[in-house]
Amino acid sequence: MRRAVLIAVPYAWLLALFLIPFAVVFKISLSDIALAIPPYTPTAKDGIWNMLSQLDFENFIFLTEDDLYWKAYLSSLQIALISTVLTLLVGYPMAYAMARAPEQWRPTLLMLVILPFWTSFLIRVYAWVGILSGEGFLNQFLMWTGIISTPLTILNTNTAVYIGIVYTYLPFMILPIYSALDRSDGSLIEAAEDLGCSRLKAFWMITIPLSRNGIIAGCFLVFIPALGEFVIPSLLGGSGTLMIGKVLFEEFFSNRDWPVASAVAVILLLILIIPIVLFQRNEQKQVEAEG
Amino acid sequence: MAETVFAPWDDPNEKPLIRFRNVTKRFGDFTAIDDLTLDIFEREFFALLGPSGCGKTTMMRMLAGFENPTGGAIELSGQDIAGVPPNKRAVNMMFQSYALFPHLSVWDNIAFGLRRESKNKAAIAARVEEMLKLTRLEKFARRKPHQISGGQRQRVALARSLAKAPKLLLLDEPLGALDAKLREATQFELMDIQEKTGTTFVIVTHDQEEAMTVASRVAVMDEGQIIQVATPERIYEAPDSVYVADFIGDVNILHGSAKAVGPDTYEVAWAAGQNPVHAASTRPFSDGQACHLAIRPEKVSIHKDRPAADNAVQGKVLDIAYLGNLSTYHVELPTGDIIKAQVANTRRISRRDFTWEDPVWVSWTKTAGVLLAK
Repeated sequence: MRRAVLIAVPYAWLLALFLIPFAVVFKISLSDIALAIPPYTPTAKDGIWNMLSQLDFENFIFLTEDDLYWKAYLSSLQIALISTVLTLLVGYPMAYAMARAPEQWRPTLLMLVILPFWTSFLIRVYAWVGILSGEGFLNQFLMWTGIISTPLTILNTNTAVYIGIVYTYLPFMILPIYSALDRSDGSLIEAAEDLGCSRLKAFWMITIPLSRNGIIAGCFLVFIPALGEFVIPSLLGGSGTLMIGKVLFEEFFSNRDWPVASAVAVILLLILIIPIVLFQRNEQKQVEAEG
Repeated sequence: MAETVFAPWDDPNEKPLIRFRNVTKRFGDFTAIDDLTLDIFEREFFALLGPSGCGKTTMMRMLAGFENPTGGAIELSGQDIAGVPPNKRAVNMMFQSYALFPHLSVWDNIAFGLRRESKNKAAIAARVEEMLKLTRLEKFARRKPHQISGGQRQRVALARSLAKAPKLLLLDEPLGALDAKLREATQFELMDIQEKTGTTFVIVTHDQEEAMTVASRVAVMDEGQIIQVATPERIYEAPDSVYVADFIGDVNILHGSAKAVGPDTYEVAWAAGQNPVHAASTRPFSDGQACHLAIRPEKVSIHKDRPAADNAVQGKVLDIAYLGNLSTYHVELPTGDIIKAQVANTRRISRRDFTWEDPVWVSWTKTAGVLLAK
């Protein structure tokens, strides 16, 4: 009985906050746009049967006809992939250094990684506007040192979006990799060296494979939210930055086309299901390997 | 008797495989190894024995190349190996934790070192199979380390460190994680493998029984120094200090002053009001010199009536430690000293001759004890 209640809690949570909203969004995606409140038809007021019989896949077909949408999906995938790789390249050395740091420093270093979460995400992204803009700190500094004579255009380009995503999601990459590296036994590296590996070779042969699960977890934790990211591209990105999160926002709030916006959201979710399932499988395998 | 006794350390013409020359190792203020000199010969099974923190593991890590001496030199086959990194030394190590690579199968673990130095797949496979056979692991070749038992893991670690046919194999507490029965069986297995491969083994252990069983010579260490290096028999029968006598096995120590009473025979006055005891010693003592007489409990016998022996002291039974095959009687002397006497239980326990509080005599011959100066 107690177990049933315990299991019911997460399922009830999932039902109320994921499945029901998803069903609503899915239903809207099958509706037509209308000048009404809410701005679509049919609604439940028309009677359940009447409503169901009027639903169709028109909006999904529309998504395939206008190349804006699939280009936005592809461009989002590309930006999410590249920024995941960049985050890994920045995050792995940091996690490695943390795991190698003296024992008494590690809690402090861990704290420093988490510290940015104490400030609002939105404010931190706005701060990057101040850093990257034409008259921003970065350009002022570079001109002061004499490396450049005219300001670089970074803000409102894809570069700014990459910087923003890497900065924002870095902790999600560092933490799982750090925890994988922290758990691994230092004598394994010594054993590899003893058996003829150089330091670098031992790192490739032992350290990297042993932190594989951390790398995979970190990559998914960055890739999944980055794919649907809206705030970073809209604040740091330019007119040329095409991301599906932005498209979604515009359909909802600028065009007030709820049915098309819902269709975009449903497709985004379907795309995300693949990495989410892979991520879950990886976590499961890790639990089994440790068990 | 064997035709040739294996004792290269007694042959002045023999060149040692490893030579520690005045080696010192400091970690900050702490001196782990203090001006240590030691020779280890080819095909030896050499044990470094000592309490934890005595520096034995540091010596092993210096041999493997994970630490470099602060002073002095370590030579391997006549070459100074200071500064040679671990991956360039013909030395392999079996780690206390085994350090098996968890993401590789048993087969790949054993092949790991071979693959670093050779591209010849057939030769590697043949060598791995040979190692699997030597350690009786053929059936487990495809398993991952977490899918086999502790004893099997120990054998994988051994096979992996032997695969490259090192000049010297280092074993860091190799049997520490095994239970008592398995440990005993594995000790003999280790000796077998050492004999078959002809590799020089250096084993670090804090278990004196293990060191005595497997080693051709034992070095007893304490506080970064070697106290005595000798064969197990000599370490046990002829320790040269109270520390060694006390560290290896059980021992009774009587403190007193020596007085020569004949050729190589001394009288030890050990307590006021007690007859002096007699001991033979080839080590010379001057009259009145402070000395310690070490007598092993199994060399002390226990009697109801005064025996006709070189040394006999009266006391009463204070405690009896019953070990099954043996019993150790703790006999309290009038001086308050306690002498332990070990007796084989050849009769059933119900027919035991002595019990608590019984007045008894303990006796030993004059050659039973070892007279020590320090």
